[in-house]
Amino acid sequence: MAVASRTAEAPDLDEIRKCVHCGICLPQCPTYRVLGEEMDSPRGRIYLMRAAAEGRVGLSRTFQHHLDLCLGCRACETACPSGVRFGSLLEATRAELRRAGPPAKHRLLQTFIFSVFPEPARLGAALALFKLYKRSGLRALVRATGVLRRLPQLAAMEALLEDVPAAAPLPEFVSARGRVVGRVGLLTGCVQRHLYPGVNRDTARLLALAGFEVVIPKSQGCCGALELHAGRVDAHASRARALAAAFPDDLDFVVTNAAGCGAAMKEYGHRIPELARFAARVRDVTEVLAGADLPLGPLDLTVTYHDACHLVHGQRVRQEPRQLLRRIPGLRLVELADSDLCCGSAGIYNLLEPGVARELLERKLARIVESGARVVAAANPGCLLQIAWGCRQRGLDVTLVHPVELLARAVDAHQG
Amino acid sequence: MPLSGTFLADLERIVGAEGLVRSAEGRLVYECDMHTFYKGAPDAVALPTRAEEVVAIVNLCRRERVPIVPRGSGTGLIGGAMAPLGGVMIGTNRMDRILEIDLTNRCATVQPGLINLSLTRAVATQGYFFAPDPSSQMVSSIGGNVATNAGGPHCLKYGITTNHVLGVELVTGTGELVRLGGKAERPGYDLVGVAVGSEGTFGIVTAATVRLLHVAEAVKTILASFTAIEDASEAVSAIIATGIVPAALEMLDAVMIRAINEGTGAGYPKDAAAVLLIELDGPAAEVEAQGERAARICWARGALEVRVARDDAERALLWKGRKEAAGAVGRLAPTYLLQDAVVPRSKLPAIMRELIAIGARHRVQIANVFHAGDGNLHPLILYDDRVPEELERAKAANEELLLACIAMGGTVTGEHGIGLDKAKNLPFQYADADLNFMYRLRRAFDPDGIMNPGKLLPSHPACGEGFRPARPRVPEGAWI
Repeated sequence: MAVASRTAEAPDLDEIRKCVHCGICLPQCPTYRVLGEEMDSPRGRIYLMRAAAEGRVGLSRTFQHHLDLCLGCRACETACPSGVRFGSLLEATRAELRRAGPPAKHRLLQTFIFSVFPEPARLGAALALFKLYKRSGLRALVRATGVLRRLPQLAAMEALLEDVPAAAPLPEFVSARGRVVGRVGLLTGCVQRHLYPGVNRDTARLLALAGFEVVIPKSQGCCGALELHAGRVDAHASRARALAAAFPDDLDFVVTNAAGCGAAMKEYGHRIPELARFAARVRDVTEVLAGADLPLGPLDLTVTYHDACHLVHGQRVRQEPRQLLRRIPGLRLVELADSDLCCGSAGIYNLLEPGVARELLERKLARIVESGARVVAAANPGCLLQIAWGCRQRGLDVTLVHPVELLARAVDAHQG
Repeated sequence: MPLSGTFLADLERIVGAEGLVRSAEGRLVYECDMHTFYKGAPDAVALPTRAEEVVAIVNLCRRERVPIVPRGSGTGLIGGAMAPLGGVMIGTNRMDRILEIDLTNRCATVQPGLINLSLTRAVATQGYFFAPDPSSQMVSSIGGNVATNAGGPHCLKYGITTNHVLGVELVTGTGELVRLGGKAERPGYDLVGVAVGSEGTFGIVTAATVRLLHVAEAVKTILASFTAIEDASEAVSAIIATGIVPAALEMLDAVMIRAINEGTGAGYPKDAAAVLLIELDGPAAEVEAQGERAARICWARGALEVRVARDDAERALLWKGRKEAAGAVGRLAPTYLLQDAVVPRSKLPAIMRELIAIGARHRVQIANVFHAGDGNLHPLILYDDRVPEELERAKAANEELLLACIAMGGTVTGEHGIGLDKAKNLPFQYADADLNFMYRLRRAFDPDGIMNPGKLLPSHPACGEGFRPARPRVPEGAWI
């Protein structure tokens, strides 16, 4: 494989060369911690990328396997003293693999995921079918046959979904309470709007209480994060452009409450320079609310906080959610050991690589039990689904919430 | 010479399929450690989880005369954890459990793959710590620390790894599992002292019993910045001359400060030519008095600023910057040569002047971050490996610098070990008789010459019965 055959999508060799092989990323990498092999560490993966760029290895099945095993959690970026942008390298390498590598694993499943998940209407329809599947007794029947045991990827998807709440569309505009301090757009997300409509409702309500006019365009689609992480860069680019166009130009911020979406949107400018201005306005809801004056009443709860990878590592937002939770009177925030170690959800990773995902989930659950908290807050729907599923399976009496849900309850307590 | 099918099948029987790396891609990522200059991929990587597996692997390799290279976390700086002759690499990283914590006897027994910092974290709440703290301690393994007899910033006061190892369980090159030393004093030869720092040439450590120390009553971390690196060096010599033994006394120069500030945001003064990190610990009253004296010395040598870390968080940040220094160099250049030479402390100002002159003469940028308190230099000579001529200049500067250190009464290596990188320099320091004696000692542990061949001792024919690799596959450009 000649170096000259590399495309514009290939990972940037200068970025790869910033890695001086110090290994500080190793203990922070979830797959290295589980598998204990250099090629399943960030340093090893970067070394493989470099070897491919220099023509020392081809884009083989083995190469693909070690790249597939990466969760894309970007904990290595937080650890890296040289500032290697591993996430960008991974996206580019996956794009290169799609272009010139072996066929992807679980192709049928991936086709299903990518034609349904990023399309809110289709996802809604699929979830409605799932509801039927569950209520009709078909679920009990399917589980009894044991057919899912032979299809671990399908079983993972089936098990994650406990319930699908009723659809709760939001208005296109929510006016600010009291003095107007700004005007923001709200991303409703794909999974978020269908599985956690309450999180979107609470986000809009808190933003309004904080003095923001909230614009929620009906025409907004998917942010394209899932596609970007899978190296489907063309699909990602067209979704990014469409999403940016769906929001008006006069907004102070575009607010997200899903860490994965937020991280991808903040980096739109990396691949699509004309979206840099839009990207610069993207904020996680906890960043916007951190400075706001909210009327919070007491909640008698012991809560621990799980850092969603794409919030803490992807967006470097670590303190704001904790500060917000600490502001709730009566709420005791206890630290979670390894709070910023991936829970194994990682977008659709838990569906494609259930083995490693399961092991990471077990570790997360063990830390949660040790923390003694009965409420776990996390600012990403993937983490909420994954950890809640784990708690159900282990029979743990632990409730999973988005931080805004706790804030909204505290507001209720104040107004109550 | 690739390994035979039967050999690999035997190896797989020992460690299982999930404990064996055979793919070309997998072996490739094990071809170097942090010292990326030397590359040599093993023919297989075994990842055992028990000492019995290590014994079986060594016996198998001995039967077939296959070289063995041990590896911990792969953070070494001497080309130690790479396989110049191929063979089997034994990664100890899956043997990472703490076997016993015995606070009554102030020691712990750990498996070799345990990460250095994990031990301190495990005993910190009870007020103890494991003193050897190489800058890589957040990732390097205790087995690797023992193999290289690693140092670290706080070794100035507390001593290096060998001062903290009470006993080891070692699988020797003869395939025997032996226990050397232990919790209690053992009569007879001090074989622990022999084994520590042997870099896998005697065998592989499968467990180590190490000392735990009680945390001092008080600790004070002072950051002093200077407009000239010579002034900082003078301050170091003066502090040591007063009789103060700081817990750590580190120096960083302007080039290094820039890289670190961009990375961790440690907040070192941007406009300083050099920064000293002075840490004092001990009884509160003593620390207070020594802190004031050290500060006065810094002011007298023209310090720009002298400040004391206000709390643990600030202290941790100052140290985070220091410890990640070598990793942050990627912000400056893709590759570097790293020296580990030592000079007598009184020669520090002179060697720094010489270093600046050498850098200018060879037109190379040199970043400095080092243990000033014990005169252990770590100049990082930066170069771009895509420009062949830059490497030549860096190598010339490196060589000249080493000779300058030796001329001032220094040594060729301080704390990183010898590995493939520094073996050729040993004749600067040892007579042939000394080296030949070491060869014979090595043979007692490893009669077949399979343990980490090509490392630690020079393979120069002038050294009598020096080891000569059977299958010369020394990487291109290696200086051995």
